[in-house]
Amino acid sequence: MSTIAIDKAGPRRKVKYGSMSRDRAWALRWSYFFLVVFVIFSLTPPIYMLITSLKSSAEISAATNPWWVFHPTLSNYVELLTSNQFLRFFWNSAMVSIVVVIVTMLISVPAAFALARMKFWGSATLATGVFLTYLIPDSLLFIPLFKMFALIQDLTGITLLNRWYVLLFVYPTLTVPFCTWIMIGYFASIPKELDEAAIIDGASWLQTLTRIFIPVALPGLIAATIFAFTVSWAQFLYPLVFTTSIDQLVLPVGITTTLIKGDVFNWGQIMTGALLGAAPPLIIYAFLMDYYIAGLTAGATKG
Amino acid sequence: MADVVVEHGRVAGATGARKRTSLHNALKRKSTVAFFLTLPLILLIALLVLYPALFSIHLATLNKSMQKFVGFGNFTFLFKRETFWMVVKQSCIFAITAVIFKALIGFIVAHFVHNIPAKGQRKWRGMLLVPWVIPPAMSTLAWLWLFDPSYSAFNYTLSLFGIGPVNWLGDAAWARFSIILVNVWYGAPFFMIMYLAALKSVPDQLYEAAAIDGANWWQRIWYVTLPMMRNIIAITTLFSLIVTFANFDIVRILTSGGPLDQTQIFATYAFRVGIESSDIPLGASVSLFMVPILAVAAIFILRDVNKRGNEA
Repeated sequence: MSTIAIDKAGPRRKVKYGSMSRDRAWALRWSYFFLVVFVIFSLTPPIYMLITSLKSSAEISAATNPWWVFHPTLSNYVELLTSNQFLRFFWNSAMVSIVVVIVTMLISVPAAFALARMKFWGSATLATGVFLTYLIPDSLLFIPLFKMFALIQDLTGITLLNRWYVLLFVYPTLTVPFCTWIMIGYFASIPKELDEAAIIDGASWLQTLTRIFIPVALPGLIAATIFAFTVSWAQFLYPLVFTTSIDQLVLPVGITTTLIKGDVFNWGQIMTGALLGAAPPLIIYAFLMDYYIAGLTAGATKG
Repeated sequence: MADVVVEHGRVAGATGARKRTSLHNALKRKSTVAFFLTLPLILLIALLVLYPALFSIHLATLNKSMQKFVGFGNFTFLFKRETFWMVVKQSCIFAITAVIFKALIGFIVAHFVHNIPAKGQRKWRGMLLVPWVIPPAMSTLAWLWLFDPSYSAFNYTLSLFGIGPVNWLGDAAWARFSIILVNVWYGAPFFMIMYLAALKSVPDQLYEAAAIDGANWWQRIWYVTLPMMRNIIAITTLFSLIVTFANFDIVRILTSGGPLDQTQIFATYAFRVGIESSDIPLGASVSLFMVPILAVAAIFILRDVNKRGNEA
């Protein structure tokens, strides 16, 4: 038994028993070696983005070592951050994502509460349906949705296509099912004694939700919010299909369509734009990594 | 739970009957409250998911100008096109290869992270998850630049070893490889995180028992880790299969299906046909071909998730 204990915590203790801890030490060295290899693989594209974004066009097309910046310049950043077009993309993205996050939470939190705690006719079926909806990919629905919006325009005169706010209708189809699903899980894990006590004290269902469930399941709520935001921020197919005018584009589509002009790739600016576009999710991730990971792993579990 | 619910109803009924109107009582009833709480969700799913899904089946039976019913005409047309069969083959190769490599790399990396002292794990995990956090459209642009044939990094690095230049995205075989590589890069961290969570939930006693029985590391993985993680591996793989099979961003940005439609997969082909060539019915038919494989994967996921729910 004692050898096993050393076996598990071996590497940081003094070597006491010959071969086993030596094996452990080697296993550890190999682990670090491969982790470094995989981290280099993971971080190459973002670091290369950063390197390129600091170069001038002349340096990019010169035959120098592409992995190093010889004459760092911020001109790409200055140019993009003073261009109305780019700021417009950023603004559209921010607007769409924030509204979608709010709408998602307003829809999914009450629904998850009802599905987790109030057993009613069809609640189990609906919960399964929510999960199945989460599995439906965007590439299955973009064509019928496109036609649907075109028909709505013909029938009622309400213009939806080529307006940024059309995205406010379609993004929730991607965010709400997942957020509802993980909130069902978080709500179901709250001890029943809590809401029983609240109900005995005379709280209504809504009070139980707002006074007890939301505060207790706050970590889950944060995870769901992060998820909704990153999905809305990163979505590429729907805005590519539904919006075309330059002033209606969101960031991912804006960068890919406007910065690539014909065959001329202004790589310095494209990489700067891509890095700035990747920044909000990365910053959120840097500060709230644990919530992010909790949300990620909660998707595949029930309760 | 059930007892409390009944009690709640009775209390509400006894005191409320005298003080409040019947409308108030109806609003306080559990099923009414539950209905209003779930109504937005039901509306959203019905109007923006279910209806478009059915509408897409309807669209697939129309001709290009959408005025004539052609039945299975679009499907028989697709069956006769060589490009379509290439898309089917391409999508399957792409999805299966990418998922296998993502699962393998994820599994290996998760083990390495699990192996090192717990103190440093957070840092490594944080760096390894970065590919999953960056919006795929943005990171694929970085890859597109890395793959650039004349000015960029990969060919420069290879030329130092006297190899190349490789035409990463212009040559069909290399283009397929590049697309799979980018997809593995993007998706492996997800597997890593899921497996890491699963690894941590395997009780230590099992490994101790295995070690006492003289199991080597391989036997420990094969007889302890894998059986304990079977469910999470199944769920993650099936889930990733769906996402990869339906992928759009990576292929669209890297090659747009080129050269000569040789890297086209279902989603990009549906976009090319349905939106760019504005043959909406044909595009809808193409994307409907994804349904069978997605449905099979979804059924298995649902089974596994429910099983997992019952275990917990």
